[in-house]
Amino acid sequence: MNDSQHLSSQFDEELSRLRTHVLQMGGMVETQVSAAIEAYSSGEVASVKTIVETDRKVNELEKAIDDDCAHVIAKRQPTASDLRLVLGISKIVTDLERAGDEAKKIAKGVRRIYEAGHMPSQYGIGIRHLAEAALLMVRQALDAFARLDAVQAQAVIRADSDVDTEFKSIIRQLITHMMEDPRTITTSIEIISIARAIERIGDHAKNVAEQVVFVVEGRDIRHLKEPTK
Amino acid sequence: MQIHEQPQLKAEARDFNFFYGEAQALKKINMPIYEKKVTALIGPSGCGKSTYLRSFNRMHDLYPGNRYEGEIRFYPDNTNLLSPEVDPIEVRMRVGMVFQKPNPFPKTIYENVAYGLRVRGENNKRVLDDKVEQALRGAAIWEEVKDRLQDLAPNLSGGQQQRLCIARALATDPELLLFDEPTSALDPIATGAIEELVHELKKRVTILIVTHNMQQAARVSDYTAYMYLGEMIEFGKTDEIFIKPKDKRTEDYITGRMG
Repeated sequence: MNDSQHLSSQFDEELSRLRTHVLQMGGMVETQVSAAIEAYSSGEVASVKTIVETDRKVNELEKAIDDDCAHVIAKRQPTASDLRLVLGISKIVTDLERAGDEAKKIAKGVRRIYEAGHMPSQYGIGIRHLAEAALLMVRQALDAFARLDAVQAQAVIRADSDVDTEFKSIIRQLITHMMEDPRTITTSIEIISIARAIERIGDHAKNVAEQVVFVVEGRDIRHLKEPTK
Repeated sequence: MQIHEQPQLKAEARDFNFFYGEAQALKKINMPIYEKKVTALIGPSGCGKSTYLRSFNRMHDLYPGNRYEGEIRFYPDNTNLLSPEVDPIEVRMRVGMVFQKPNPFPKTIYENVAYGLRVRGENNKRVLDDKVEQALRGAAIWEEVKDRLQDLAPNLSGGQQQRLCIARALATDPELLLFDEPTSALDPIATGAIEELVHELKKRVTILIVTHNMQQAARVSDYTAYMYLGEMIEFGKTDEIFIKPKDKRTEDYITGRMG
């Protein structure tokens, strides 16, 4: 990445504002995810409302950042690392927004389970661990973006396969539960969708990390068989 | 997207140096020019891109004290364009040039285009008529001037004059066309017309273009060379240069980080 200044200081400002807004949005999504996990473990259903409200702000920021990207492209015709940064940001915000949506899904699922009078943590053993791994991926992906650190981004990409494996093992567990005791089916299905949402958050963090590699190195590493190339 | 194709060489600079008297303006340039492709030369003012461009049709021969070293090979016949045995007039028949400001002769539209052919000794009216029409069509200006071929060329608009100059360059069927900032004196519409024309022309001729407009280089060229202080810093496919240049100096220039 290029750290030297542009001739146009305004262009520098526009780019740094874009980056700041992405990090701000990322921070919100991170909070959403961690609040959703907290709600899951503690049954603090009141925070669901906050998570849903934050989602609205995240959506607004996504639109605002996309709009700023369009303006930078129209006004500055960015090239090379600048172009990659703007393109990368416009994809990163899509993934962040979707990760936020998944957090909202988790929160709503948690609320439904508690309202039905159940304790989700009794069923989904390992969910909390899975969620913490996914949250760490989100944090590290944002960190990698903030520092434009391709090495850390690669680490996030590698972490995704662990999350995937863990997700599959949780599903197997839940299926066993359901077979053993059909009364758990309703709650188990809720928990499956929560686990799925967490796994998707990991995927979005991975996508963000892939964009960081593109921004820094100009390599498109999406859809490769091996996680690191 | 990766496109695997091996274009033919039309010309090639080999360890090419150029001196204005004592001052060395170009340093050890090595660069391929691919056939029927557009190659853009970019770089800050004074980097030597115009000097380099003009070497291809031996324009520097017009002033004493200028000196070439090394070679510019021209294919398929593998002649060294810079060799003293090669007649610069012959070179200019094969290598046409279009300048920054349109410079039509103070003659009729027809005579502007026919001029190069007459220099070559062509006097048959039928042949001339035919070649003039072809060249004007090739430069996408025929429809606008076909009913006024005897009007004076300087009365055309700037954009039309520039296309007329392209027609004039095309009339002798050159193999390589040199464009020295061909649109810097034109408005955006006329610029668009010239860019469109460049795209059409590369079906039949190889093009080397100097431009200060980076976006123009990105739009019209297949290959781009970045020059700085008389050196060739980076040469590569335009798509690669504008998305992921290899050299930091290229990156700084195209992203607007240096003056």
